[in-house]
Amino acid sequence: MTRLLSHLTQEVIVFLLAATLFLAAAIFLPGFMFKDGAFQAGNLIAMVRAVSVLGILAVGMGIVIIGRGIDLSAVAVMAMSVAWYLQMLNSGVPGWQALGWALAGVVAVGLINGFMVAYADVPAIFVTLASSYFVYGFVRSQLIVSDATPAPAGSWILELPNLGLVTSTHIPIDVYAFGAAVFVGFLFLRFTKWGRYIYLMGDNFMAARNMGVPVRPMTVLYYVISALMAFVAGILTTSSIQSMNVRVVNSNMLYDVILVCVIGGIGLSGGKGYMRNVVVGALLIGIMGNAMTIMDFTNVEQNLIKSIILLTAIIIDGLLNPRDEQTAQQGDI
Amino acid sequence: MTLRERLLRLRYNHIPDHLIGEILTKRWTDNAIPFVALVITIAIFGTLIPGFFKPAALSDSTRQLGEFSIIVTGLTIVILGGGIDLSVGSNYAMSAFAAVITFFVWEQPLWVAFIAALGVGLTFGCINGYLIGYMRLRAFLTTLVTLIIGRAVFDILVIKYSTQVQQSQMASDVLDFIADETVYGVSVAVIIAVVIAAVAHVAMTRSRPGWHILSVGGSRRSAHNAGIRVRRTVFLTYVISGLCCGLTGFLVACRLSGAGPGTGAYLEIWALTAAVVGGNSLGGGRGSIVKGVMGAIIVLVTMNGLVRIGTGTGANQMALGLMLAVAVTLDIRWLKNRHKVLDEVYVTPVHHRMDDAPSALPGSGTPYALNNAISRTEYIGLEELEGPEDVILDRDDHLYCGTRHGEIIRFFAPDYKKSEVFAHTGGFPLGLAFDQAGNLLSCVGAMGLYSISPDRQVTRLSAETRRTWTSVVDDARLRDPNDCDVAPDGRIFFTDSTTRYDAHEWALDSIEARPTGRLLCYDPKTGKTTTVLEKLRYANGVCMAHDGQSLFLAESWACSVHRYWFDGPKAGTLEVVIKDMPGYPDNINRASDGTYWMAWLGMRTPSFDLALRHPGMRKRMTRNLPMDDWLFPNINTGGVVKFDETGKILGTLGDLTGISHPMVTSMREHKGWLYIGGILNNRIGRYKIPDADPNWTAPVAYWGEKP
Repeated sequence: MTRLLSHLTQEVIVFLLAATLFLAAAIFLPGFMFKDGAFQAGNLIAMVRAVSVLGILAVGMGIVIIGRGIDLSAVAVMAMSVAWYLQMLNSGVPGWQALGWALAGVVAVGLINGFMVAYADVPAIFVTLASSYFVYGFVRSQLIVSDATPAPAGSWILELPNLGLVTSTHIPIDVYAFGAAVFVGFLFLRFTKWGRYIYLMGDNFMAARNMGVPVRPMTVLYYVISALMAFVAGILTTSSIQSMNVRVVNSNMLYDVILVCVIGGIGLSGGKGYMRNVVVGALLIGIMGNAMTIMDFTNVEQNLIKSIILLTAIIIDGLLNPRDEQTAQQGDI
Repeated sequence: MTLRERLLRLRYNHIPDHLIGEILTKRWTDNAIPFVALVITIAIFGTLIPGFFKPAALSDSTRQLGEFSIIVTGLTIVILGGGIDLSVGSNYAMSAFAAVITFFVWEQPLWVAFIAALGVGLTFGCINGYLIGYMRLRAFLTTLVTLIIGRAVFDILVIKYSTQVQQSQMASDVLDFIADETVYGVSVAVIIAVVIAAVAHVAMTRSRPGWHILSVGGSRRSAHNAGIRVRRTVFLTYVISGLCCGLTGFLVACRLSGAGPGTGAYLEIWALTAAVVGGNSLGGGRGSIVKGVMGAIIVLVTMNGLVRIGTGTGANQMALGLMLAVAVTLDIRWLKNRHKVLDEVYVTPVHHRMDDAPSALPGSGTPYALNNAISRTEYIGLEELEGPEDVILDRDDHLYCGTRHGEIIRFFAPDYKKSEVFAHTGGFPLGLAFDQAGNLLSCVGAMGLYSISPDRQVTRLSAETRRTWTSVVDDARLRDPNDCDVAPDGRIFFTDSTTRYDAHEWALDSIEARPTGRLLCYDPKTGKTTTVLEKLRYANGVCMAHDGQSLFLAESWACSVHRYWFDGPKAGTLEVVIKDMPGYPDNINRASDGTYWMAWLGMRTPSFDLALRHPGMRKRMTRNLPMDDWLFPNINTGGVVKFDETGKILGTLGDLTGISHPMVTSMREHKGWLYIGGILNNRIGRYKIPDADPNWTAPVAYWGEKP
């Protein structure tokens, strides 16, 4: 029994919880999995699809959190970079050139975030909070003309859902992208030197620095990765809704991304967690969101429930990884 | 002096650039940057926006400012305590909603609505405080989540009750007064904000809970180890912030007579930016309420100004993000590099020229020519002592000296083999003297003038003098009390070597060569300390003359000895007795034959003398070279000099081997022997003076036989 309990990590608990919820929803919620007694995959696919964008953002966020950082600018980068890209396409900038500009902007934001955290020693929370506001404000006031920017007809983004692979398997492109992101993230963290560095930095930053890990360039690197992931997520969002509405920056999406990471078991104090935690976390949020939508909860009510779950997750995280007066780091807020 | 040197002197001795460093040591300079930012912000928007300063416009914007600054005050307290409270946005909205629904829907009296608003604020504060203070969760994320929860609850409730609120017939004179009226042109919100800011300021700077908050913010671990209840203190900060939000919620409910979906949206980021732009350090411990209020004005003026200028959507967020990033970065860089800047600019050498000294080389034939007399002395306390700066003997022939461990050691007569710790002062005892009652007086380095009674009771006599009006660094505090002696009437004259450096930084003072030393007088009758002489270049030894009306005073970096009359017909006059000596004088003491002994702590060198005439070179040296490569005065060789009242040099005692007494800081004659101490030495030396009176002792000669 004790052996069994010792295997009961947060990740396993969340997975069991997700499975239970899934079963409960499947049995008791008409329309979740069975409609009028017949199996229907549509809702399940929609569910996974709904969390794919969130999941891709969470892959970037997860890498940052494992390295003991946090990226509050992810959603702003996602929305604003793609909106600007679409705006450029709409105003006749050649495709490759527009993509180049957009990517350059995304990388620049990542670089600035990383530089400010690594070289100017400003806490990540404030850097990314400030850059989130700045990116939103700058792009909205200087580069685009309205909240919603439609994708131009015939753009490659709109073609994404019609790829051969997608049409033959009936699994949306978002799911493939999420899977690919998780797989690449897994390979990166597990099998590359830089991936191992990120774990070392998250586990004990000073020790990693002392043993020669290039902590500053690595910090810059993971903020750039997070920004690029955000861009990918933005492209996918646009491919499914044919436009980019920058009001998403003011929504609770960012907290959902953090929720996916924390609830999946990526400890906020860094050094802990894997890509599979992102999958587990995303699934739980997906099942919950889907079930709540079927049960006719309004958006605001869903936010309330999710944020209470996030608070619970943070409390549990705090209980599992306690901090006390002797070990807490000064200014670690 | 050449014209060039005159110009140098004019430049370095009369332009007060040392004040830059002194001002930078002041904590209030932290306020200067936000204050300048505030003035610039108001100037920019005041010129860009027509009618910005019109009373009507001001009244409206100050009402909003009052409300905003209450929230920022609460948030500032949380930040000073090392936390952060993002939930202010929804907390405030919920409090406003509580007031609105109590008054308009449940039709309760206004004071009930007030209590409801405060209650909601308090509840939020307690939840945050419990989670962060007692459960020690991360402040940023936790309050972020309570922000979202509060916002979600508010959104649900406000939609549900909005029509009921709008249809309400409730009205109240008090509500209208709070919402629209002014008292002498000042709205209620502003009055409350000012009162709260003032109370908070006094509480943070002058009360125990305030100090606890600041110390928890400054160093959580140290505060914990010092016995402060860290968790409760942190809890308290969030409760205060919650109450501030509750109060503001009530005020805004009165002003708007309702609450809509947009109430309090983005307030948290506004408030956070305000607190940080004002210059409060994230992570706590450094900052003030005033800074928070200044930041509130800057942010609100900018935000409202941008709206009124008519910039497009998003410009506000851009400005906020930029302000937040710049303020946080500046704050962190400044905090990190402040001491480097200070090190760079604090040392500001002046021009100082001394005439060539007569040679002190052995056999040079000058009166200063050193011999090798004290190279072989009888050692006392060899390897037991560290830093006997001054030595003194009492009526029973026991020998006393200070050590750098903060103790006064007593060696027992007659052979001075056995010793004991006579007293512990806690600081480095420098100059020593006995008063008439047999109390041992000591200038304790960096602490002040102390008296140690024969039964070892340590009492502080003086630690401060009157501050000069023009001083920037606090010159009331004694930074480097050095030597003392007692006048026949019991007044104690003592020196404070420099006001710009601490005792252990004396070398910096020598490189700077700025005259800031003082002669002070402590009067036991009144218990007051007065400044007698100022602007001395490292005031060092003090010794009563045999006439009981004057004293000799050594000025180390000027290599001169002065005589100052404090009583008698010449009272108040100061005369130079010896100048341009080849050595740096330290303590002076009376000799048995009516003359005086003077210690040389080091010898002048031509290179350093030349450096003293080139302040620019020394300035570049302190900025561009590591300390190891600096040019310092030579303190590796010294000696003892005997002189008479007219300043005539009667002889010298030196140690050419540099083994026994390379540097001498004091010497005391007692029954035909000379006892020699050095601040960097590990022994006291005992030298038999040829032809000295074998029965003469200083206490008997000065105070008479024991009564």
